[in-house]
Amino acid sequence: MIWRVEIKQKSGLLDAGGQAVLKDIVDLGVSSIQDVRVVGVYLLEGQLSREDVKRVCQELLVDPIVEEYGFSSSPKKESQAHSIIEIAYNPGVMDPVEASTLKGIRDLGIAQIQAVRTAKQYHFWGALSKKDIEHITHRLLMNKLIQHAVESAAQAIPTTLTLGAASKAQFDVLIVELLKASHKDLMQISKKGQLYLSLNEMKTIQAHFKKEGRNPTDVELETFAQTWSEHCHHKTFRGIIRYREGQKGRPKIIRSLFKSTIAKVTRDLNKKWCVSVFHDNAGVIAFDKDYHVCFKVETHNHPSALEPFGGANTGVGGVIRDILGTGLAAKPLANTDVFCFAPPDTPARDIPAGALHPKRVMKGVVSGVRDYGNKMGIPTVNGAIVFDKHFVGNPLVFCGNVGLIPRGKEIKQVNKGDLIVAIGGRTGRDGIHGATFSSGELTSQSEMVSSGAVQIGNPIEEKKLLDALMKARERHLYSSITDCGAGGFSSAVGEMGAQTGARVDLDKAPLKYQGLRYTEVWISESQERMIMSVPPAHSDELLKIFDDENVEACVLGEFDGSGRLQLFFHGHQVCDLDMRFLHDGIPLITKDAVYQPPKLKAEKLADKENLTDDLCAALSHFNVASKESVIRVYDHEVQGTSVVKPLVGIHTDGPSDAAVIAPRLGFNKGLAISNGINVRLGMIDPFWMAASCIDEAIRQIIAVGGSLERMALLDNFCWGNPDKEDRLGTLVRCAQGCYKAAKAFGTPFISGKDSLYNEYTHQGRSLAIPGTILISAMGILEDISKAVTMDLKKTGNSIYVVGTTFDELGGSIYLANEGQLGQNVPRVRFPTAIKTYQAIEKVVEKGLIASMHDVSEGGLAVALAEMAFAGGRGITGFVKAVPYQGKSRHRRDREDVILFSESNSRLLVEVESRHEKAFKQMLKGIVHAKIASVEASSEMMVYGLKDQVVINANIFDLKQVWKNPLF
Amino acid sequence: MIKNPKVLVLRTAGTNCNEETAFGFSYFGASVDQMHVHALATGQSKLADYHILVLPGGFSYGDDIASGRILANELRLKLGEDIKKFIADGKLVLGICNGFQILTKAGILPGLSSSTGQEATLFHNDSAKFEARWVHLSVTGGKCVWTQGIPAQIYLPVAHGEGKFIPRDSKVLDALRGNGQIVFRYRTASGTSPSYPDNPNGSIEHIAGICDPTGRVLGLMPHPERHFLNHQHPFWSRLGKKEKLGDGAKIFENGIKYVKENL
Repeated sequence: MIWRVEIKQKSGLLDAGGQAVLKDIVDLGVSSIQDVRVVGVYLLEGQLSREDVKRVCQELLVDPIVEEYGFSSSPKKESQAHSIIEIAYNPGVMDPVEASTLKGIRDLGIAQIQAVRTAKQYHFWGALSKKDIEHITHRLLMNKLIQHAVESAAQAIPTTLTLGAASKAQFDVLIVELLKASHKDLMQISKKGQLYLSLNEMKTIQAHFKKEGRNPTDVELETFAQTWSEHCHHKTFRGIIRYREGQKGRPKIIRSLFKSTIAKVTRDLNKKWCVSVFHDNAGVIAFDKDYHVCFKVETHNHPSALEPFGGANTGVGGVIRDILGTGLAAKPLANTDVFCFAPPDTPARDIPAGALHPKRVMKGVVSGVRDYGNKMGIPTVNGAIVFDKHFVGNPLVFCGNVGLIPRGKEIKQVNKGDLIVAIGGRTGRDGIHGATFSSGELTSQSEMVSSGAVQIGNPIEEKKLLDALMKARERHLYSSITDCGAGGFSSAVGEMGAQTGARVDLDKAPLKYQGLRYTEVWISESQERMIMSVPPAHSDELLKIFDDENVEACVLGEFDGSGRLQLFFHGHQVCDLDMRFLHDGIPLITKDAVYQPPKLKAEKLADKENLTDDLCAALSHFNVASKESVIRVYDHEVQGTSVVKPLVGIHTDGPSDAAVIAPRLGFNKGLAISNGINVRLGMIDPFWMAASCIDEAIRQIIAVGGSLERMALLDNFCWGNPDKEDRLGTLVRCAQGCYKAAKAFGTPFISGKDSLYNEYTHQGRSLAIPGTILISAMGILEDISKAVTMDLKKTGNSIYVVGTTFDELGGSIYLANEGQLGQNVPRVRFPTAIKTYQAIEKVVEKGLIASMHDVSEGGLAVALAEMAFAGGRGITGFVKAVPYQGKSRHRRDREDVILFSESNSRLLVEVESRHEKAFKQMLKGIVHAKIASVEASSEMMVYGLKDQVVINANIFDLKQVWKNPLF
Repeated sequence: MIKNPKVLVLRTAGTNCNEETAFGFSYFGASVDQMHVHALATGQSKLADYHILVLPGGFSYGDDIASGRILANELRLKLGEDIKKFIADGKLVLGICNGFQILTKAGILPGLSSSTGQEATLFHNDSAKFEARWVHLSVTGGKCVWTQGIPAQIYLPVAHGEGKFIPRDSKVLDALRGNGQIVFRYRTASGTSPSYPDNPNGSIEHIAGICDPTGRVLGLMPHPERHFLNHQHPFWSRLGKKEKLGDGAKIFENGIKYVKENL
C-alpha cells in the first residue's frame, strides 16, 4: 500500500524556496503571480499502519519547529487564482532522496517500508493562463527527460513504486546476423543499435567473426562499440591525418596527432618529476618527499546540453572517480570547473528547437557542480565561464579534479588470479550508450533517442566509496583499480583485463531493480561504481571494510589469465572475445584535414576622447564580469587547504588569478592551479589560441608566486565534427600550437582529453562550436607564505607593468564590445616570456612584491581597475609610460590599443618604494616600467599619451559595474 | 587531571570536515579518532572512552529530508542514553555546521529541558541557496567553556544552505538569552547589527552559535577549523601577521585545556 504525505511550512514563515521560484518566474517574463509556496510530497510504500506513517512524519519527515504535514490523495485548489503543479521523477530515474529516507525510516524500527519516492508541489497564486503554466512547468520546474508533471490521481498515488519487480525479463541470448550482412546491412546494424561504428570498423568486426566461424552476440557487438568509440579510443587523435594548409597545400601525413604533438612535448622534455603521464586516469607529478599530486580534467558536454543539472553533476562525479582510479587511488583535493555557454541575455528566438536557454543551462550546470562538489567535501577552487553565442546548442562543461597520492601508490598491476570486485552504487538502466552517444553529434531529436544517457548523481554514495577506499588503500588490499565511466563495466573490466583476460558472472552485479538484460548490466553507466582487482587472500578483509562503511562490494569474477573476455549470465556464456583483438584490432582510420586561415576584416576604431565608458563596457562584458554569485555557492574552503582563494582583497570579492592550496595541513608546501581558455582567439588562429592559453595558465600561476620550474599542463580539446576536413584542420593547427608553446616553456602535458562532435544539427544546418582548447595548469609553491594576491595593498606604492604591450586587439573584449573580431591575434614571444617569468619568480622569492595581477581579457585597463577595487585603493596611471610596440607605421599609437590590447606575457606588479631599487635591479634586461601609483583616494585616473585624462572613475562604481551583469 | 585528552570525531556517510577538525584537536596534543557512527552504534567502540565528542561539518546522509535530520535520529535512537551520560559526566561536545544542525535536531541543543524534544531548528537560508562566505561574529563568552578568552569579535567562514536559527517560541528565546546560551552572533565588520549578507541566513537575533545550560556543549554554523591557520584568512596577505594560528584555533585549545584541568 502507498501512503502519500504532504509537508508544508507553517504559515507566517518566509518560504525562501517559493520566493526563489517566484523570482525565476518573473525572470521568465510571467508577472501575474503574487506568491509561490513549495510543498514536499513523499510517497511511502509498504505494509505501514497509520500510526507508523504518523511517526515517520513526526520524527523524520517534518521539522516540528517550522513545518506541518497532512495526508492527501491529490492536490486541491483553494480558488480560481490558485494553481498547483506537481513535479515527480520518471520511473527508473534515481530519486536522490530515496536511499537515505529508507534508512531513516528503518532507523525508527519500521522495517516493512519498501520504497520511497518524492515529488514537489508548487502552489501559485495569481492569474495564470494555460500557456503560462505550460511555460513555467517546462522552462523552469522540470526536465521531461527525468521528470513529469503529475496530472491525475493515479499519478499522484501510483499502484506501486518499485520498478520492474514483476517483469523478470525472459532470458535469451541474442545473436546478430553479421556473417551474411551486406555493407548496407552492416551500417544498418550499427545505426539501429546506436553503435556509431563506421563501415570499415563493422567490416573489420565481420572479418574477425568470419575467422571465428560464428555470429556475434549483441553484447559482443556492444563491447566493440564501446571499446572502439571515439570517447574511449580517441580515434581522431590516434589515427592518420592527411593535413594540408589551404585546399591546394601539399598534404602532410600525421601519424597520430596525439603522439606527434601533445605526448611529444612530454617525451622531448623528459622531466624526472613526471611520475605517470597519459596512461592512467590522471597525470601524476612529484609533490614532496611523501606524496605525489595528480590532475585530470574531463568534459561532460552532451549530457549537460540535455539535462544541465544531471550532466554537470555526473561530470563532477566522474572526474572525481578518475582521481580515485589513479594509481591505487588518490585523495581528491580540489575541483576546477570551466564552462562555455551562450550569453544569458540571448533572445528566446535565437534558441534552436530542442535546446535549452543558456540561462537555464547555466543555472542547472552550476547547481550540479555545487551539489556534487560540496557534498563530496571537495573544495571548488578554480574555474572560468566563457560566454559566446556559438555555444547556444552545445554548451561545454569541463570538470577537473586534483588529488594527492602517497609515493609508491601510483603503481598498479592486475595479476592473474585477482578477483574482479565491483564497489559502490548499484547497476540500473541509467546511461546506456553514453560512450557512443558522446561520439556523435547532437540533434534536436537527441533528447528523444538518448534519454537513457541522462543521469543524476548521488554524491553521498561516492563519498562513502571514497571513505572506504582510503581505508582499503592504507591496508594494501588490492592490486589495481579503475572507475566505471563511459562504457560501465565493459570499459573498466575490459581495460583492466586487457593483459590477463577476464571472466565475469553478470548475475552477481547488484542491481537497482530486476529485469535488466545482460547487455544492459554490462554497458550500463550507472554512477558511483568502480572496479578493483583483489588478490583472493585479501578479499574477506576488503569486503568487511566496505561493509563497515555501508558500501556494497561484490565479487563479479576473476582476471583469469585466459586472454579472453568471457561473460556469463544465468549459466550461459554470452560473450567470448579475444582481448588482444578487442583492444588492438581497431582499424586505423585516415581523415583529411585542411587548414584555411579565415578571411578576416581589419578592425575599425573610432577616435575617442575618453575611454571610461569603454572600461565599464569591458568590465561588464560577461566574460570579464565578476563570477562571485557562482563562486559563493561552491564550498571553496572545505578541507582547510585554501591559501589563495578564488575571491581575494579587502572585501573578499577581487578576482584572484590562480588558486593556491596547501594540500597537507600544517605544511608550507603549496600547489597552484589555473586555467587558460579564450575561444575568440581561435576564430582568428587556433595556433595562437593554444599558445595564448598556455601562456595565460602559466602566467596566472606566476602571478600568485608559483614557479615555471615544476609546472605541468593538461589539454582539453572540444571541437566540432572531425570527419569534416575544415574542423579537423583547425584542430591540427591548435595541437601544433600546443606543442610549440608547451615545449618552449618546458611545461609537459601530463593528461588530457578530447571531446569531438560538438555540433548541433538542426533543420539540416550544422552549428559547430568554435574549436575550444582549455589548458589547465598546476605548479608547486615551495613556501605558501610567499604567495601573492592581486589586490592593491598600500597607498604610495608603485605599479609596474612587466612585459611589452603590442598592437594586438584581435579577439579582444574591446573589439567584441564593438561587434568586431579583428585580426591582430596576440602572439607569444617565448624566449622573452620565459625570461620574464623566471625573473618574477626570483623577485617573489625575495618578498619584494606587494601584489601582482596577470593582464588578460580587457587588457591593462581592466587589470588595473580590478587591482584597485579589490584593494580598495585608487590609482593614477600613465599610458605614456607603458612599453608599447606598435604594429606598423600605418597608424599612430592609440590609448585604446595600449590599454585594451590583450598581448600575452604581461603582469602588473605593485612594489613598495623601499623595494623599488632592488626590484628594478632584479628585472634588468626584462622590459618593465612604472606606469601607475597607488592612491589613498577612491579614484582611478589614467592619463593619455598627451597627458589628457582618458579614464576617470570611482573604483567602487567600477566594481559595481563589474559585479552587476552576473548577479 | 587528564594528561592525554581523547577526542572522538564522529562521521558517517556524507561527513566531510572530519580531517581538518581532527587536525585542530591534534595540534593541541589530543589523541583523536575519526570514527564511523556504525562503530558506536554496534558497540565496537565506546563513547565513554572519550572526553570530547565532535560532530564535524558536512552533509550527513546528503542532508536528505532536512539537514542533519537522519543522523540526529540515529544519535537520539541508538546513542541517546550514552550521550546524556557523556554530558552528565562533565564532558564536552562540539557541533560545527552540520554538527550544530544535528545537535539541535536531536534535541541536545539548546538542551533547556530534560526531554529530547526539539526546541529550535536550523532552516533554509532566506536566500534559498547554499553560500560560502566569511562572517564577523560577536562572542559572548559567559559560561561557555569553549569560548573563554576569545576576542569580542572574530572572523570565520560559513558554508551552508540551512543555517537560519529559529527557536520554537519566545520562551525558548528568552531562556537562551537569560541563561547566557547565545554565544555567537553575526555582526558587521564594525560590530553593528547586520543585514544580509553579514547575517548570511536570516537567523533570528543573528544567532550563529549557542551552548547548552552547562556551557560544555557548543554548536555553531561557522567553521572555526577553517580559520585555524592564519593563511586561511581570506586576505592574510594584506595583514602582515606573523602568528601561525587564526581566530578559530582558540576554540580547540579551550576544549583541550578544559579537559586537562577539569576532568
